[in-house]
Amino acid sequence: MRLIADILLLLGAIFCFLGALGLIRMPDIYNRIQAGTKAATLGSIAIMLGIGMLYPEWWSKLLCIIGFLLFTSPVSSSVLARAVYLSGIKPWSKPKQPLKNSAGEKS
Amino acid sequence: MLNRLNLHHHLFLFSTMLLLWVLLTGSIAVDELIAGVIVAAVVSLISAPYITIFDGIRYSPMALISVFTYLGYFFIALIRANFDMARRVLSPSLPISPELLEVETHLESKLGQMLLANSITLTPGTLSVELRHNRILVHWIAAPEEGVSLEQATKDIATGFEKHISGFLK
Amino acid sequence: MTFNLLELLAAGFIGAALLLGLIRLIIGPDAPDRVISADTMSVTVTAGLTVFAAYFNSALFLDVALVYGAISFIGLIAIARVIEGSNS
Repeated sequence: MRLIADILLLLGAIFCFLGALGLIRMPDIYNRIQAGTKAATLGSIAIMLGIGMLYPEWWSKLLCIIGFLLFTSPVSSSVLARAVYLSGIKPWSKPKQPLKNSAGEKS
Repeated sequence: MLNRLNLHHHLFLFSTMLLLWVLLTGSIAVDELIAGVIVAAVVSLISAPYITIFDGIRYSPMALISVFTYLGYFFIALIRANFDMARRVLSPSLPISPELLEVETHLESKLGQMLLANSITLTPGTLSVELRHNRILVHWIAAPEEGVSLEQATKDIATGFEKHISGFLK
Repeated sequence: MTFNLLELLAAGFIGAALLLGLIRLIIGPDAPDRVISADTMSVTVTAGLTVFAAYFNSALFLDVALVYGAISFIGLIAIARVIEGSNS
C-alpha cells in the first residue's frame, strides 16, 4: 500500500517538475499557460491521491481539494489566456513559417 | 409555487450543499449530520432563486450514467494530455506549432459551455482562450497544418466531450 | 511520519518545481508570464501543503491548503482583469 502511494507521490512530483520546466522552456505565454496548468493540475491530483493512500482518514477533505482544483485551475488559466488575448499579444509561431493572421482575429 | 423543475433545482442544490458539508467536516456522526441538514436547507432555500448556473441540468437516471462516462473519458484525456506535454517539454527540439482557431459547440447552457471549455483546457495540447456565443477560441499547441477548417477542428477537439456532456446538460 | 527515500525524492521534486517557477517569476519578460508562473507555483504549493500535512501528521494543513487554493484563485482572477484592461 505504501509503495503504491509513494509511486503516486513521486509521479505527481515529477509532473509538477515537468510543468515548471515547461514554464522555462516554452517560447511564449500561451504555451507556458498550457504547460504549467496541465502538468501542475494532474501532478497535484496524483500527489493528493498518494497522501490519501498514506492517510485513509483524510480522503474526504482531499477529495474536496481535488474537486476544487479541478474546477478552478482550468478556469484561471482560461481567464488569464483571455486577458492576454484581449490585451493584444499574438501567439508565437514557428520562425520558419511566415507570420500570418491567425483565424481568431478576424471575427 | 414549486413546479416540478423548481423542486429538482432545490433538491439538487440541497444535496450539493449537504455533500459539501459532509466532505468538509469529514464525519457522519448524527449531531454533525443534523447541523448539516439544517444549514444546507437554509442556504439552499435562501439562495435558490439567485443561482441560475444549474439551469441546464437534465434530471434523469441516464444523466447520472453519462456523468460517470464523462468523468472516465475526461480523466483518460487528462492523463494522455500530461504524457503528451511531458514528451514535448523533454524533447530537445521542442516540437510545437501553435495556432489559434475556433471551435463550435451545440451546448446551450452556461454550465455546459463552461464544462466544455474546461475540458478542452485540460486535454492534449489545447487551451480555450475565449467563449463567445457558441464559439470557443482555442489555442492548439500542435495544429496538424495551417488553416484547419472550423468543422475539422470541432471534430478533433470538441465532439468527443460534447457527446458525453450533452448527456447530462442541455 | 518519517519519510522514506521515495517520499523524500518526491518532496525534492516539488521543491525543484517551485525553484524553476521562481526563476520564471524573476526573469519573466512580461506581467502575464509572472502571473502564470505564480499560478503554477500556487497549485504546486497546494499539493506541497498536503505533503506537509503528512510529514507533520496534522490534518490542519489540509484546511490551509484548501483556503490557500481559494485565495490564490481569486487573486489570479483579479490580476487577470487588470492585465485585460492595461494595454489595450
